Amino acid sequence: MTSRSLRSPASRGWLSGPVGPGRSRLGVRWLAVGVASVLVAAVVGVVTGPVSIPVWHVVLELVDRLPLVDVDSSLSVAERAIVWDLRAPRVVLGLLVGALLAGSGAAYQGVFRNPLADPYLLGIAAGAGLGATIAIVARLQDAIGFIDPVPLAAFAGALLAVAAAGTLSVRRGKTGSPATLILAGVAVANFFTAIQTFIQQQNSETLQQVFAWILGRLSTAGWGEVRLLVPYAAICMAGLLLSVGSLDVLAVGDEEATTLGLRPRTIRRLVLMTASLGAAAAVAVSGLIGFVGLVVPHAVRMVAGSSHRRVIPLSLLFGAAFLALADVVARTVRSPAELPIGVITAFIGAPFFLLILRRQSTA
Amino acid sequence: MLRKILASLLAVLTLAACGGTETSTAMSGAPAAAEPAGPARIVSISTVATEMLFAIGADDKVVAVDSLSTFPVEAPVTDLSGFEPNVEAILGFRPDLVVLSYDPGDVVAGLEAAGVASLLQGASMTIADTYIQILALGEITAHAAEAAALVDAMQAEMSDLAASVTERDEPLSYYHELDDTLYTVTSATFIGEVYAMAGLVNAADPADADGSSWGYPQLSAEYLLDADPDIIFLADTKCCAQTAAAIAERPGWETLTAVSTGRIVELDDDVASRWGPRIVDFLRAIVDAVNSVE
Repeated sequence: MTSRSLRSPASRGWLSGPVGPGRSRLGVRWLAVGVASVLVAAVVGVVTGPVSIPVWHVVLELVDRLPLVDVDSSLSVAERAIVWDLRAPRVVLGLLVGALLAGSGAAYQGVFRNPLADPYLLGIAAGAGLGATIAIVARLQDAIGFIDPVPLAAFAGALLAVAAAGTLSVRRGKTGSPATLILAGVAVANFFTAIQTFIQQQNSETLQQVFAWILGRLSTAGWGEVRLLVPYAAICMAGLLLSVGSLDVLAVGDEEATTLGLRPRTIRRLVLMTASLGAAAAVAVSGLIGFVGLVVPHAVRMVAGSSHRRVIPLSLLFGAAFLALADVVARTVRSPAELPIGVITAFIGAPFFLLILRRQSTA
Repeated sequence: MLRKILASLLAVLTLAACGGTETSTAMSGAPAAAEPAGPARIVSISTVATEMLFAIGADDKVVAVDSLSTFPVEAPVTDLSGFEPNVEAILGFRPDLVVLSYDPGDVVAGLEAAGVASLLQGASMTIADTYIQILALGEITAHAAEAAALVDAMQAEMSDLAASVTERDEPLSYYHELDDTLYTVTSATFIGEVYAMAGLVNAADPADADGSSWGYPQLSAEYLLDADPDIIFLADTKCCAQTAAAIAERPGWETLTAVSTGRIVELDDDVASRWGPRIVDFLRAIVDAVNSVE
């Protein structure tokens, strides 16, 4: 929002452009911290769990999985399964979901110029919830034996909700203001939630399963979920990283952006579509995990400034590390019982959210 | 008569209190049909109470049951919800006694205001509590003798089944699955008590050692792989469409002994979760599984 973040749309690289040498170094430093925290979270995630397995053996096991490497990790069959089939995919999924939620949250906040925007603003949560509920109630698992239809239905529901909000906010072929879009999103979310509640009520025997899904499913995730998520994660992350320059111009104002040759409404739509795709995919495999999309981008802004060249990539990195570590807490704090991960993120996120609100009101 | 009913109910409850068993029966309002025949129009919005009422021969008094009271098949199933009971809908059946297991929205108070008696019997924590609930239902519905006979028969069958369990040096361990996100039970539940009667040890007990999850924790998958229980009981075959084949497909589960040896028992969700007369069938299924292990 400072004049420093204003630059021509041609310079899209996130560290390029007229950033002073001092600022650039700051960016590189935070980037390094972000990458390091992702690595730390990944290692901690793989070596920590209710079953204690010596760290060194875990490392050997992972090395053994590399192509052309054959070492003996001296783990039992069950321990190998724990490391490779349970912990590893869970860590990867935590990293991807955290990155997507935080990255999408940063993009939503940028597009709406509203610090309280999060990836669920346009009805993704309600849409995913409705999709999952329909899949569970209709017993699609029985119909489609070889693949779990719940994430797919949740994904479809989430995209449908965002599409509905987007379509409803268009009047006479002209896209509405961000405020119109938010209101349309709120209306769609409430409408979808109403349908979901109605369906649940008619099928109360499935309540438990629906709630288990909503509370988050990282605890039982495997490589299958990772494979489902990776393509969307790649598209979303690449799209968000490409949009940082445009987002910075939009931050100055629509008129300024237009004089610079940008089309603000088109950019907003594209960024929202990209962010929504990623958030919908994340929600589909992990259930509803709150606060990551809100807390992480704000924390990043506090330490690294508000340029999207920093906020988006750093949100991706720190969001990944944050969620993977929150998942470590989820599976160890009441070990060998699980805590729903949404409880952990909300426990950390809610007080943080209040802190931001207070800062906003005093600023 | 009313006084007699309440007195005998009180006696049952006191008995329970003296036995150190926490009971979950609460009576509200004066049973309107204070006649020797007991209430004439009973509405049950508790699946378990429905099974109990039919088992003690009070079925001809039952005019409506909730949408999930699917056993026995003769039960007069209606659209009434046991999860979100609607007082007005219940009153539409002109009951003089309503039996429920859960009172989320002051249903009991609403019924009382309308002058209708209700019996709230929450989830049993113990098998003894189940017997107490049956006896209390018998007292209130004027089927005390049948209720006592049912409890005697159940107790006899349960101990016969327990006695028929093959002796072994090392007790077998088990995991009882409530849904596909690994919610389970510990020994502190009535379900766990039924397994204990078959000589089984619960692999999930450490997951709720302090009882803060009321005996229903969500178990960590890696802990389960490490604990490697001898038998897996699936009580989520209906709710979540889980089967022996489906759980063998779960990541890492092929390493479980119970999976490789086929010791996976697909239970009927209802039989394995309702604290009613069919706990005998539940124990029988467990004992059959235990005795089939070499």
